[in-house]
Amino acid sequence: MITKRIIPCLDVKDGRVVKGVNFAGLHDVSSPVELAKYYSQNGADELVFYDITASAEGRRLFSEILTETAESVFIPLTVGGGISSLEDFDRVLKCGADKVSVNSGAIRNPSLIEEAAERYGSQCVVLSADIKRVDGKFTVFSRGGRDNTGIEAISWIKHCVDLGAGEVVVNSIDTDGVKQGFDIELLDAVCKAVNVPVIASGGAGCIGDFITLFTRIPTIDAGLAASIFHFHEVEIADLKKRMAEEKIPVRLTEEYL
Amino acid sequence: MLAIVDYGVGNLFSLKSSLRAVHADAVVTGDADVLEKADRIILPGVGAFGDAAEKLRNTGLSKVVTAEALNGKPLLGICLGMQLLFEKSLEFGEHEGLGLLKGCVKPLAGYIPPEYKIPQIGWNALSFKNGGEKSPIFSTIRNGTYVYFVHSFYAADCEDSVLATTDYGAEVTAAAGLGNVFGCQFHPEKSGDAGLRILKAFSETERAP
Repeated sequence: MITKRIIPCLDVKDGRVVKGVNFAGLHDVSSPVELAKYYSQNGADELVFYDITASAEGRRLFSEILTETAESVFIPLTVGGGISSLEDFDRVLKCGADKVSVNSGAIRNPSLIEEAAERYGSQCVVLSADIKRVDGKFTVFSRGGRDNTGIEAISWIKHCVDLGAGEVVVNSIDTDGVKQGFDIELLDAVCKAVNVPVIASGGAGCIGDFITLFTRIPTIDAGLAASIFHFHEVEIADLKKRMAEEKIPVRLTEEYL
Repeated sequence: MLAIVDYGVGNLFSLKSSLRAVHADAVVTGDADVLEKADRIILPGVGAFGDAAEKLRNTGLSKVVTAEALNGKPLLGICLGMQLLFEKSLEFGEHEGLGLLKGCVKPLAGYIPPEYKIPQIGWNALSFKNGGEKSPIFSTIRNGTYVYFVHSFYAADCEDSVLATTDYGAEVTAAAGLGNVFGCQFHPEKSGDAGLRILKAFSETERAP
């Protein structure tokens, strides 16, 4: 049976992981490469790298660390942040990314999804949407959650999937950082609307929040989180053990011959 | 030396890196002479079957790969590269494959239950068939090992050559092989330690007598 994926997300600025990572036993605590290796060896099913750099120099450093990571970590790698053209797709794919996530770039120019899906295949194009309730309506925000686009979220996601997005990351701004659990209402609405994999993001504070997510929404495919993994508040190995106990399909560490 | 066939389909970065990680001496090449000199060949590929089959034929590499495989040289097809080993595919029309393995590539849609998402994306378990556990490429992994899949089509009508299946609402061909020819529907280069073990094992397989 296909397993539910657990995905740590690394925000990278000027080639370093931000959000003040606190890691015992790691040589360089803010090295994206070291952190990616650690997660890969400790049960992560996939990794997401977000480039939150604005400068050209930062972008060059990001490409370097991405290449170095992809040379030493052999699980799927999704890259996002500042993707607004096919050249951006090309740049990160050449550095070893497997999938590319688009957010504000797709809001500015939805045909980017269509063109990228045609060139690289839908499996390569991930829609990332930052969503917040405005007057009770799920609304898409752009530029890292700063700007209200006024676009209704569920129809936006459906539209992007029709254009060729092969996967959707749903970030709930309302639950993000609150650590009181994923946004079940929003995620359930998205899962009912599309038939591509949906990745939940925003709100995980403990193992129980993942259990609630996968139990309440059996069709959700993955749970993504950042700081709770970086700060050891949740160990992926413990999380997966609990998932297995709760009969949620999960990939446990392999034993070999 | 292990040769990765470069015929302009897909990104070979991860495959090269993973082979370097298992200390296999691998080169990426579209040169028939290099493929002939190589000890082993990997046929990669992502994208559409028809397009890839055409590129492989137009570059003249399909003949070389087929001839080398028939001569006993170990060949591993990965993802679309695995599908190309079969006789034909029904992906957007009917297209001819290399015909090294008996069978036909068909859409998952209509085969798996409708509530299952297409493509299958994610980690799923291998279930060995026809003595797959004795296959040289699986010599160091156990039945039930998880590997990473991304696909919308699958190899059908290939009962004799199936080495492993995976459960995606129905039994889906995960690996197939016959003698020195092997194919993985999943991506060993993206399947963590399990995938590296499979690639390592392939890089040590001996040619058929």
